[in-house]
Amino acid sequence: MARKVRFVQGNEACVEGALYAGLSFYAGYPITPSTEIAELLAERLPARGGRFIQMEDEIASMCAIIGASLTGNKVMTATSGPGFSLKQEAIGYACMAEIPCVIVNVQRGGPSTGNPTHVGQGDINQARWGTHGDHNIIALTASNHQDVFAMTVEAFNMAETYRTPVVLLFDEVIGHMREKLLVPEPGELPLVERLRTSVPKDVDYHPYLPREDGRLPMSDFGGEHRYNVTGLYHDMWGFPTSNPKMVSELLRHLIDKIDNRVHEITRHKEHFLEGARYVLISYGASARSAIHLARERRARGERIGVIELQSLWPFPREMIREKCREAKAVLVVEMNMGQMLAQVRAAVADPEKVFLANRVDGKLIAPADIKQVLRVIQGRGV
Amino acid sequence: MAKRRLRELVIRREWCKGCGICVALCPKQVLELDGEDKSVPARPEDCICCRMCELRCPDLAITVLTDEEEGDGA
Amino acid sequence: MAIQDYIRQRFFPHLWCPGCGHGIILNNLLHAVDELGLAKNDIVVTSGIGCSARISGYVDFHTLHTLHGRALAFATGVKLSRPELTLIVPMGDGDALAIGGNHFIHAARRNIDITAIVMNNRIYGMTGGQFSPLSGPGILATTAPYRTIDPNFDVVELARAAGATFVARSTTYHALETIDLLKRAISHKGFAVVEILTQCPTYYGRKNKEGEAAEMIERYKHITAKIGSKALEENPALIPRGVFVEVGRPEYCEAYEEVIVRARQEVAA
Repeated sequence: MARKVRFVQGNEACVEGALYAGLSFYAGYPITPSTEIAELLAERLPARGGRFIQMEDEIASMCAIIGASLTGNKVMTATSGPGFSLKQEAIGYACMAEIPCVIVNVQRGGPSTGNPTHVGQGDINQARWGTHGDHNIIALTASNHQDVFAMTVEAFNMAETYRTPVVLLFDEVIGHMREKLLVPEPGELPLVERLRTSVPKDVDYHPYLPREDGRLPMSDFGGEHRYNVTGLYHDMWGFPTSNPKMVSELLRHLIDKIDNRVHEITRHKEHFLEGARYVLISYGASARSAIHLARERRARGERIGVIELQSLWPFPREMIREKCREAKAVLVVEMNMGQMLAQVRAAVADPEKVFLANRVDGKLIAPADIKQVLRVIQGRGV
Repeated sequence: MAKRRLRELVIRREWCKGCGICVALCPKQVLELDGEDKSVPARPEDCICCRMCELRCPDLAITVLTDEEEGDGA
Repeated sequence: MAIQDYIRQRFFPHLWCPGCGHGIILNNLLHAVDELGLAKNDIVVTSGIGCSARISGYVDFHTLHTLHGRALAFATGVKLSRPELTLIVPMGDGDALAIGGNHFIHAARRNIDITAIVMNNRIYGMTGGQFSPLSGPGILATTAPYRTIDPNFDVVELARAAGATFVARSTTYHALETIDLLKRAISHKGFAVVEILTQCPTYYGRKNKEGEAAEMIERYKHITAKIGSKALEENPALIPRGVFVEVGRPEYCEAYEEVIVRARQEVAA
């Protein structure tokens, strides 16, 4: 059977990926440039017996999906910069209470209302540190629609595997641009389903007691096990505690469950990287220009390649350090003032060789913009 | 409906915080606070089983156990 | 069952202050649940932050202790995804009508089948006695050392205007009435609001010289009157108690089931 070929916006590819992964509950509030995700799901979800609700704001949307995740649903919300800010408190709640959920942020220019209909990648650090307090988070991204689909599926898989919120950081160009999408057949991409407890009725169930493999089996609200969920530090039954040992252990668990699995979680692609003297590191729409430039230069025999990040958090520090070891210069290509640049500089052995090629005017960074910086680095004038 | 008669006024001492609501609002002054500020049924024989002490206890410490009184012809 | 069978007894005595009305509301709520014969596994209690919110930890149901003001938003997600569950959301002044005010009016507007209990003690207790949007003018609070100038919301009128289909008010003094109203609210299909005036002897009472818990609770007898009573007719300044709204209107989750039917028909066509 031929796979379904579609010509779609990135936002639609995200919707297709979410439905493929088993999304059954969506709550959101309209905001450019993510709104198409809500519109499409308002149509698609009920036809599959799922539920869509337009809440009164982004805060309520984030809270509603957490509630629906607890009854056993795969859940998602989508937003953009200002809405992402509003969701942060509840994202922290989902981190603390270990609730699987997916948050899409189709980035636009910021800060504040910024440049709503134009592209930006300014929320990278907010995805990592937007909510207060120590915590850990997974954030994935994509530069083309096939990957938008695949990474959306991955986001749901990781949310279930690690019982954690997962952020999908797309951008306006990816969200609104149209290109080809091959929708995989059912079964073609692996899906991680909700791990439910095997503890029988009337036997003590511990919602926060990890199995040997680190996973925490859940029990649906409304099911046989009654337990407590809270944003306070809690014991293995979910009841509040301020016991210093338990507080410390829980926080370390929340950090370690992701930090100890960086190799499992992180995703990247390499383009023309073999023997590259100049390494471009990029992601999202910016990566398209970086790849374009590298392809062009390789054709002329220049040793230039691209590391395309498909996951941003946790940051793949060791991979970056290793891949950049032999590079003469590393150029981080992004549409912000250097949010990933700081991570790359911290990762490599020689931070002085890391440079930024950026654009922050609401326009997509073009190969020509990268070329300009490259000329300076290569000592070929300005 | 058959009349109720007090079987026992159960007070969980360890839950009682001694707020005195049950003492002040009992229509028959059945309850008192003891030396440790815990509610005790000082005059249970006067209890009319209205259960208001139970229903107004913020500590869920009071239970009024009653028996149905036999009717005249029964 | 005894109401003690509906609580997680290992956490008792609870953390509320001596004489706190919140314990009476918990007490009356459990009586209501017991008299309705609801199964523990069918009830989800969702709460926010504050003294009132601690109620969720004490009850032996599915319990969700959430963020300040957001309990109704979380509850909406639980209810819409699992409409057969009974959702009860106890909230304090701030949860319901300050930080959570937006969620309150929108839950009412949707008429989603949730019972919202507004535990109105006219003060923020957990943070130590600041005024709330239910305090009203002229009271003393730690953030109103010269007395409040902020008018208060009338919970009943607000809920009515926002579209709640069951709206009632009682006090911690009127325990039997409270149990009855809670039973009716929980049984009501739609968004039900029960405002319960409740005493905070520690902060509100002390600051405003209203005496000990027993005095405060007894005061409710004198400052309130039943709707339709002679007392209320003679003195309209009294706070009315009873059921203010009890109407039928399409419930949100049921309406969504119809959306599912329509969507499936369109896909099939």
